[in-house]
Amino acid sequence: MNPFSSGTRLRDMIKAIRACKTAAEERAVVRKECAAIRSSISENDQDYSHRNIAKLMFIHMLGYPTHFGQMECLKLIASAGFPEKRIGYLGLMLLLDERQEVLMLVTNSLKQDLGHTNQYIVGLALCALGNICSAEMARDLAPEVERLLLTRDPNIKKKAALCSIRIIRKVPDLAENFSSPATSLLKEKHHGVLIAGVQLCTDLCKVSEDASNHLRKNCTEGLVRILKDICNSPYAPEYDIAGITDPFLHIRVLRLLRMLGHGDADTSEYINDILAQVASKTESNKNAGNAILYECVETIMGIEATSGLRVLAINILGRFLSNRDNNIRYVALNMLMKAISVDSQAVQRHRTTILECVKDSDASIRKRALELVFLLVNDTNAKPLTKELIDYLEVSDQDFKGDLTSKICSIIEKFSQEKKWYIDQMVKVLSLAGNYVKDNVWHALIVAISNAPDLQGYSVRSLYKAFQLSSEQVSLVQVTIWCIGEYGEMLVNNVGVLQVEEPMTVTESDAVDVLESCLTHHSTDITTQSMCLIALLKLSSRFPPSSGRVKEIITTHIGSVVLELQQRAIEFNSIIQRHQNIKSSLVERMPVLDESTFISKRAGSSQANISTEKSNQQLPSGASLKLSNGVAKPAASPLVDLLDLSLDDTPVPTSTSNDFLHDLLDVGLTNSSSSASGTDILMDLLSIGTPVQSNTTPENGSSIKGFNDILPIAKPNTATVQVVDLLDGLASNGSHPGAQSPVHPSITAYQSSTLKITFSFTKQPDKPQVTQIHATFMNLSSEAYTDFIFQAAVPKFIQLHLDPANSNHLPASGNGRITQTFTITNTQHGQKPLAMRIRIAYKVSNQERLEQGQINNFPPGL
Amino acid sequence: MIHFVLLLSRQGKVRLTKWYSPYSQKERTKVIHELSGLILARAPKLCNFVEWRGYKVVYRRYASLYFCMCIDADDNELEILEIIHHFVEILDRYFGSVCELDLIFNFHKAYYVLDEILIAGELQESSKKTVARLITAQLVETALMFNL
Repeated sequence: MNPFSSGTRLRDMIKAIRACKTAAEERAVVRKECAAIRSSISENDQDYSHRNIAKLMFIHMLGYPTHFGQMECLKLIASAGFPEKRIGYLGLMLLLDERQEVLMLVTNSLKQDLGHTNQYIVGLALCALGNICSAEMARDLAPEVERLLLTRDPNIKKKAALCSIRIIRKVPDLAENFSSPATSLLKEKHHGVLIAGVQLCTDLCKVSEDASNHLRKNCTEGLVRILKDICNSPYAPEYDIAGITDPFLHIRVLRLLRMLGHGDADTSEYINDILAQVASKTESNKNAGNAILYECVETIMGIEATSGLRVLAINILGRFLSNRDNNIRYVALNMLMKAISVDSQAVQRHRTTILECVKDSDASIRKRALELVFLLVNDTNAKPLTKELIDYLEVSDQDFKGDLTSKICSIIEKFSQEKKWYIDQMVKVLSLAGNYVKDNVWHALIVAISNAPDLQGYSVRSLYKAFQLSSEQVSLVQVTIWCIGEYGEMLVNNVGVLQVEEPMTVTESDAVDVLESCLTHHSTDITTQSMCLIALLKLSSRFPPSSGRVKEIITTHIGSVVLELQQRAIEFNSIIQRHQNIKSSLVERMPVLDESTFISKRAGSSQANISTEKSNQQLPSGASLKLSNGVAKPAASPLVDLLDLSLDDTPVPTSTSNDFLHDLLDVGLTNSSSSASGTDILMDLLSIGTPVQSNTTPENGSSIKGFNDILPIAKPNTATVQVVDLLDGLASNGSHPGAQSPVHPSITAYQSSTLKITFSFTKQPDKPQVTQIHATFMNLSSEAYTDFIFQAAVPKFIQLHLDPANSNHLPASGNGRITQTFTITNTQHGQKPLAMRIRIAYKVSNQERLEQGQINNFPPGL
Repeated sequence: MIHFVLLLSRQGKVRLTKWYSPYSQKERTKVIHELSGLILARAPKLCNFVEWRGYKVVYRRYASLYFCMCIDADDNELEILEIIHHFVEILDRYFGSVCELDLIFNFHKAYYVLDEILIAGELQESSKKTVARLITAQLVETALMFNL
């Protein structure tokens, strides 16, 4: 005997491990034992293998890796003695699971053991197979198990039945083989076999429709008789639990009856009586009785029961609900959720009790009750229920608040009939639990407020009041800031006061105070601060006397270390200082957001977040500042898409942005599939015009109109190209006197190191608005260009008609030229000059190239 | 069906685990860790059911041990409580007034008992007498074999 072999007995090892005071000690002991076991295994030490595996199992339970023992288990299983086999199978079941390939090696041993003469060994094999077999093993050994189902020994029979359950679960195709043996099992007297048999039948029904029908036809009678027997049987000491004979069998049979009666009127009718008997006779003062009643109620709900039976079931549930035992109440709440579909009136009667359960101290019960309440809400009881839930929100636990808040918000949204109630409830929820409110919820609130002009004054005042009390709720703060910015003058001038409101005076400086305090508060996050800045800008326009103060506040952030804030501060400061005349138009009231578009968009994509105040936050450059405010809304989708494009957090290129860009330029963009390039083009296009200068034409609002005209309005008479008023900045570049001279010199429209384009102009004297332009393209590089395509974009007041070019192959080094003619009609001839943006795509030695440019040097008078 | 059975001490030490659904070694450790945190933190008066990962875990405390069984969401929780009690009573009968130490030093015997009560996550035998008889018979069988 090896002196290093594991001489310690199992008991001693366990004692040693338990005596360890620290984890390190324990690891040392375990390591020593594992080493001993490993050497013992490698020496094929027969005497101690039994003990080794037992030790290994203990070590496994402590959580240490024990895979080196797997082969030893297999060896033990293959040995001849019962105790070795037993511990081998136990080790197998513990140390392995069905996904390991080692398991396949056991198949042969299992097969032999299944045919063994010793019934206990057969039992071991069936147990192991039932607990751990994989699909392949199931297929291989299914015939053996089938055969064993027909033996006379009840012990083997019941184990075989349960093993078959696992086989059917793993390989549903084999279900047919087990149908008839299963039915014969139901005729047995032994309870163990009956329980296993009934369970097998239940699983058969789940897996196979045929088996289900077969059982329904042949076994329903038998099952009812079984149930009747045990229900009426006198005291049977062997199976008695809490005065009921074999509650387990009761429950199994009830479950099988439910599967058989589901959807089948005849069977349901047949089992009505026995269900009524069980429901009324069973005592419910002990858990066993309640378990049976619970299963009975589930069965009644699951079949086509008579109304009398249903009433019985709901009464039982009502009793459960008022039981003091938490388990029973939990179970009742669970069942009631299913009962709602059956008889919602009855459930409504228990509404108060259910509401009480929402406030219970037990987390599981609270959760169930909340879900149930959510299902119970309908139009009539929405208001009182919401009130109750909001009252509870105040006192609820932190971990529950999240769930509760989202449920309350869904209820409010679904069932709000009047806007005022909706706004009230949302303000309350935001004040109590704003930090748990999801973003899309308060975005929806803003959409609603913007759509309800008569309630805007009321909303901003309620928000202002709420803010005074609960300024730590971030969402509330954000909504308040937005509203004060938008509707500040309503707040101060008490516009649209409703009758229920108390009089309140808020001065301009109070409003500015609110924003300033938000901005400077230490716990405000960047998003909120950004919103504050833009709201301050809006106020400086709406409250001219406070403009100086606002400017001071904004100026303090010019040196902020956060890029977003710094950028905004500088830009807004510059607007206030130098661009007073356009300031008011910039921060005009937001257009009304189309609610239906908003809702459908929100339902459609989770990415595209079209709340305008979000777009407020994303102002990367002065150019787009002009874009997002005061934009008219000719059609909802372009607006929405436009905002999409300007959002930073939609990295996924959506097809809408593609379409939109197509609309915007409509110059046959073929490769603008990435929103990045799309955005670039858009931004580039918008920044063509120089930033607004102070000498714009005032009054006639042409500049405002210019902003409004950024979106294309589909003209029915478009030529091949839709024109877009992108270059509005140019419009403000002073006025140009209409030059009368008809001679227009040609210009070099575009020149780069690889390409040169010249334009020459002809005009007909009787059509001053129309100009013909002949473009000549010259290749300045040393390689020829192929697939040469020229595209152009023009402002909206210009129409462009492109004729086809004479070729699309441009030889190198200026050896040949391509000419193309196009006609331009300037509808604002004399008022606005021509401008054009061009884009040339071509291939050079099979590589695609792209050049873009902008032509500003058109001679005047075109 | 019952997916797994777990016996935990008050300090979170595992006394017995039996898995009827495939869980790898790593997954098992994770599950045990999660559930110990969840169950051991519950106050005594609360209900015996915890919702976890879409399953339900039914647990009951007997002296210093928590007996936990994880079931599908549509199973009968009250019945599982009865099965747990059934198991405990049989252990009691077998060991003679069982305590935690018995289960620690004779864990393999506790497993044998469990294997006579549950197979494939379903109940096997509702009669305590039968189970006891079977266990004793197999004990005899073992003794006989050793003598040979």
